Amino acid sequence: MSHSLVTMSYIVATILFILSLSGLSNQETARRGNYYGMLGMAVAIIATALSASVSSYVILLIALLIGGAIGARAALKVEMTQMPELVAIMHSLVGMAAVLVGYANFMDSSISLGGVEKNIHEIEIYIGILIGAVTFSGSVIAFGKLSERISGKPLLLPGRHWFNLCLLIAVIVLGGLFLHQTETGGGSVPLWIMTAIALIFGIHMVMAIGGADMPVVVSMLNSYSGWAAAATGFMLSNDLLIVTGALVGSSGAILSYIMCRAMNRNFISVIAGGFGTGSGGEAAVVEGEVQPISAEDTAQLLLDAKNIIIIPGYGMAVAQAQHTVNEITKLLREKGKKVGFGIHPVAGRMPGHMNVLLAEAKVPYDIVYEMDEINEDWAHVDVSIVIGANDIVNPSALDDPNSPIAGMPVLECWKGETTIVLKRSMASGYAGVGNPLFVLENTRMLFGDANATMQAVLKALKG
Amino acid sequence: MKIGIPKEIHPGEKRVATTPEAAEQIIKLGFSVLVETGAGLAANISDEDYKEAGVEIIDDAKTLWKSADIVMKVRAPELHPGLAHDEIDLLSQDGHLISFIWPAQNEALMQKLAAKNATVLAMDSVPRMSRAQKLDALSSMANIAGYRAIIEAAQHFGRFFTGQITAAGKIPPAKVLVIGAGVAGLAAIGTAKSMGAIVRAFDTRPEVKEQIESMDAEFLLLDFKEEGSGTGGYAKTMSKEFIEAEMALFARQAMEVDIIITTALVPGKPAPKLITEGMVKSMKSGSVIVDLAAEQGGNCALTEKDQVVVKHDVTIIGYSNLPSRLANQSSQLYATNLRHLLTELCPEKNGILNVNMDDEVIRGTTVIKEGKITWPPPPPKLSAAPAPQTEAPACADVLEQQKNSLIPASIKQFIPLIIAGLALFGIGSVAPASFMAHFTVFVLACFIGYQVIWNVSASLHTPLMSVTNAISGIIVIGALVQVSSPDVNINILAGLAILIASINIAGGFLVTRRMLEMFRK
Repeated sequence: MSHSLVTMSYIVATILFILSLSGLSNQETARRGNYYGMLGMAVAIIATALSASVSSYVILLIALLIGGAIGARAALKVEMTQMPELVAIMHSLVGMAAVLVGYANFMDSSISLGGVEKNIHEIEIYIGILIGAVTFSGSVIAFGKLSERISGKPLLLPGRHWFNLCLLIAVIVLGGLFLHQTETGGGSVPLWIMTAIALIFGIHMVMAIGGADMPVVVSMLNSYSGWAAAATGFMLSNDLLIVTGALVGSSGAILSYIMCRAMNRNFISVIAGGFGTGSGGEAAVVEGEVQPISAEDTAQLLLDAKNIIIIPGYGMAVAQAQHTVNEITKLLREKGKKVGFGIHPVAGRMPGHMNVLLAEAKVPYDIVYEMDEINEDWAHVDVSIVIGANDIVNPSALDDPNSPIAGMPVLECWKGETTIVLKRSMASGYAGVGNPLFVLENTRMLFGDANATMQAVLKALKG
Repeated sequence: MKIGIPKEIHPGEKRVATTPEAAEQIIKLGFSVLVETGAGLAANISDEDYKEAGVEIIDDAKTLWKSADIVMKVRAPELHPGLAHDEIDLLSQDGHLISFIWPAQNEALMQKLAAKNATVLAMDSVPRMSRAQKLDALSSMANIAGYRAIIEAAQHFGRFFTGQITAAGKIPPAKVLVIGAGVAGLAAIGTAKSMGAIVRAFDTRPEVKEQIESMDAEFLLLDFKEEGSGTGGYAKTMSKEFIEAEMALFARQAMEVDIIITTALVPGKPAPKLITEGMVKSMKSGSVIVDLAAEQGGNCALTEKDQVVVKHDVTIIGYSNLPSRLANQSSQLYATNLRHLLTELCPEKNGILNVNMDDEVIRGTTVIKEGKITWPPPPPKLSAAPAPQTEAPACADVLEQQKNSLIPASIKQFIPLIIAGLALFGIGSVAPASFMAHFTVFVLACFIGYQVIWNVSASLHTPLMSVTNAISGIIVIGALVQVSSPDVNINILAGLAILIASINIAGGFLVTRRMLEMFRK
């Protein structure tokens, strides 16, 4: 294939990728969007493989086939509740690929550049590997936290900001050293050291972030993986990589921004780690008595209600209760009740996590509402059921200025008639904040594993 | 300890202080329960029902009072004219008594009980706090009284409550005015509303407007500003001008409505006179007034306590024992209130009463402790109504900090733009042309990404992440162009990169497909 033809194919692939992302703007066109993406990828790979720069196909085909098989297997096997883990580990793969490509490019002596162009090329390699390595180690830690192989509690080293600053300075100094040495053909030592520092930085950054901030971290790493691809594109002077990387990078950045806004947190403070480090006085201590309720009484309350809202949280994902919840929803809808779902933007461990789980259980998506759609209607809600959520229904976010989550928009379910909260125990949420909702007069607590209790409610509803 | 429940001796009192269900729970706390024979008959509870719950039946009152360590009653102890004994005398020395007492009105009774060295808990003195709601017998009785008031009114009212259009003619709906929207008033509103009447309600406390409107009743507004909320969620006495405006409103309403339910009470004072004789005269004939304040003298000038009278063609009902007229229901609620109180008093479930005066709820309820009168209690720390909003100091601090910032906010918002501009200028001044071509593409692509992603529906954020994940596998291109290099090391690195990136591509697209298949209407 001629160079122009390859470029033309890249333009086609670029357009297909843009169409793919814009297809996701609503459910009807989303599937088509995904196929555009596949087509774009196929065009790009085939065009590159047939281009003049590729001549040996053995390694290429073997690697493609093995990788494809592993990916396909993982995609078909994964549980929907494990989506955040899968996404995190896939980010780490992009990071790793960027590092590998960077090193390969560094070792490639066939590229002959001179002067400023050479310097810029070296800087591109350096930055590409840097971003790739941070993405890789950060995503591995995020994967560990999400799959609970590593504790979700933020690990806060003393003087961590200074530590980060030292790492940053070291990276810049090493960069200068690297540029200086490459002029004489060396430079691999600073590159190795920088890679190690970048890996440590990635680990340290994600370790310091609490479990409640995971949606931000996952979308941020998504963004990084895009920037890593874009940096690789600069390194190889490949516009397709640049465009695609920029698309993915800005997509992840916007998602991070949306998640931060949903938690009323500053992006910088999330990344810097630690929860509520800037807040002034002591948060009010929650006092009062919880009122437990049985599954049978819950069923009775549901049967007496007209308008029911279900608020799912991470606890529903952990207990795999979404199918039971759907059964209950179907039953109640058959009985003529109005049932809806209220989804907080940061419910779960990644953006849109709850929507995917509900879709998996075949809950119709037109009764699944976003927070803003539902927060004005609470006065008309008879019963709301909070399943394994805590911080996203915490009234102190609105009325206690000293609360670590002060100012975060929450689902104001306590404005409804009755709230039933399903919880395993009285432990506080991921943010480590007490929740005054649990002791309100119109709140009833239903203790136990979410799936087991929902099953009991379902039985009581049928019987 | 033994808990004794005597039969109520007050004339017309049908309630009983425990039910078999409550007794069973009390026994679980470690107490034993004794009930006088026939105590529950008027509330449709037989001795056999009690026995099944594990209660011992005692044949006469004297034995019961003597053998019980704790006596639980509905009414305060009194002398029965027909019977030979006085309940106060029967109470054993150092005994415990839990019942309605009304310490403000019954000073003599308090002195007598104190002389007995008794410990007395008054169910009418339970403090109004969220925690104490489950033992608030006044509220549970008021709820029943409000319901029953409407039922009594319906019995004496010659028409339907609901409006109908029938072949035999049109029936207008009854108009009900409820004065005082406390627990009883709200219960009356709910009952009248569910029977189909048009309900209006009035209260001096503005915060109940919302509650009245939530019951679908109309809140009557007064053209007058005065806050009517006293401490503890009760109403207070209003100024003269306010009362005049209020009376004018009632006079207008009296001509219009068919039924008036009055529930206006101010704690510790005689009930305010709200319905004058003139207003009664102006009402349509056949109208009904139910005066729930009859016990405290009545809100209507013509009310006669415990009597139903017809004056100026208006039926005026002055029953003071409305809860007793729904004896089974009120016994159940009262028994549950008592059981909750016992749970508070016996936290260790060992059957021993522990009157812990440090507990705010128990402190408020206890009116005599071992012969010492402890009534009235210190004022409660919390009002049931929300306290007026004061400025939160923490907020003010934050504001000040912002003001003290070194750089004014108007300049601050331009800082990122300035930095970005400088950075672009720096790159532009040194970068070669080939780099700038790529950089142009990069910036434009970021911009397209920004525009496209904002349109993505929030419910599709997870598929968005997995599809971008797959797309970022485009890095495979970088590896593809390197895999044919003559250097073996590069070959290996590139091969590995291809493998890893293709995991991403296949996995990302397929899992997105799987997810999107699930989204359906």
